[in-house]
Amino acid sequence: MRKENTEAHEASEDTESDIREEAEPIVKKRKIVIPGEIIVSGEDFLPSEGARREGNDIVSNRFGLSEEAGRVVKVIPITGAFIPRRNNVVIGRVTNITMNGWVIDVDSAQSAFLPIDESPRFINKHEMDQFLAIGDILVAKIWSINQRGIDLSLKSRGLGKIEGGFVFRVSPNRVPRIIGREGSMISLIKEKTQTDLTVGQNGWIWISTENIEGAIKARKACEFIAENIHLEGLTEKVEEMLV
Amino acid sequence: MTEKFKRQDGRKLNELRPMSAKVGVIPNADGSAMFSFGNTIAIAAVYGPRLLHPQHMQDPSTGILRVNYDLMSFSVSDRKKPGPSRRSQEISKMTEYALLPVLDLREFPNTVIDVQVYIIQADAGTRTAGINAASMALAHAGIPMKNLICSVAIGKQDQEIIVDLDKHEEDFEEGEGATDFPVAKIANTEEYTLMQLDGKIPPARVKEVLALANKSCEEIYEVQKKALKEVFEK
Repeated sequence: MRKENTEAHEASEDTESDIREEAEPIVKKRKIVIPGEIIVSGEDFLPSEGARREGNDIVSNRFGLSEEAGRVVKVIPITGAFIPRRNNVVIGRVTNITMNGWVIDVDSAQSAFLPIDESPRFINKHEMDQFLAIGDILVAKIWSINQRGIDLSLKSRGLGKIEGGFVFRVSPNRVPRIIGREGSMISLIKEKTQTDLTVGQNGWIWISTENIEGAIKARKACEFIAENIHLEGLTEKVEEMLV
Repeated sequence: MTEKFKRQDGRKLNELRPMSAKVGVIPNADGSAMFSFGNTIAIAAVYGPRLLHPQHMQDPSTGILRVNYDLMSFSVSDRKKPGPSRRSQEISKMTEYALLPVLDLREFPNTVIDVQVYIIQADAGTRTAGINAASMALAHAGIPMKNLICSVAIGKQDQEIIVDLDKHEEDFEEGEGATDFPVAKIANTEEYTLMQLDGKIPPARVKEVLALANKSCEEIYEVQKKALKEVFEK
């Protein structure tokens, strides 16, 4: 579900003509809607995520940005807590070490667990804190969500303990916009500020660099995007900012 | 009935106190809002959905709502002893029941949504201001909800039905005395989620009260709507 959202966010990133060339449904202007507000009226429309049909109207089910893509109307949340999904890359902090893994705080309702078997190399059970100690910050991937909680994995590229640089947080709902269409926004920031950014779906962002000035610029750019996701043509504005 | 009934602060019978509302007042919360009726100011913060402890309260079919309402100790002229009281527990529960009908928490099994409602300045009508703030804060927290909840206290001073009583009017003692009739309803519908009555009112006049509540709730809804839409214009 999160993936669809991301794509929709990204689709509207470009100008309208670009979208037409790709023969995707045209995304009309987005607007902020409140719960119970009528977004559009008419028999032709189909309610998608965050919307419902009430008689002749399509009504919002939550506070967010409404988006009409062709006949489909949906509401994208813009505030609120992180709702974890499978395959999300998240950044978290080690809060406890147990017999067979680490308990990680990823800012979600359920606690996350990284089993020792999911670490990229063999770890001696008696020396687990050599690999990840309490308070360490890491990038991990959610590989399953079940009754007990979230299970994390480090068995993929770019995952592991964070060393150097700094971590800060933005609202998790703003992350799709910071990443941009197929990572366009994030690569723009990386290129312009000469820094390396890792964005977790839970809203934690890690900037690793020796170049402090660039890092501060990158952070400002991320925060600017997070505060202005409702604006059109954000890419250009960020580009201007980073000149 | 008196020919020219005058309210002590010069308001018309159906006139609310000046309202103001703001969303996002508590940055650390997942959603927050402030709502005020004149001198009554309520703030609400929403945390969650988050894991519910104690575990035996968890519901695997749906998330639950937990409201905590309280007056700040400096909100009234005689210092209010901090901590839960019979009154605050009752209002917490009542606020919870008033909000629940519009929420859909099935997406978040085993979790809780905590709503903290605090009154930072009290001048009657604190529960209604609290419900209005909580409803906005829940929306701001991105919780799936069908509609907003609007709430207002209707009252009766002797024979006159008036809207949004302040403390002075609530303490009125002449004639039949003062009646307090807080109402909460789902915005733009005729569905009520809260009705309380403290005092006396003839059954025949309840319709009159509800008509006045509907009209006032429309005004309140506009204030709430405006505040939510302005969330990016800080």
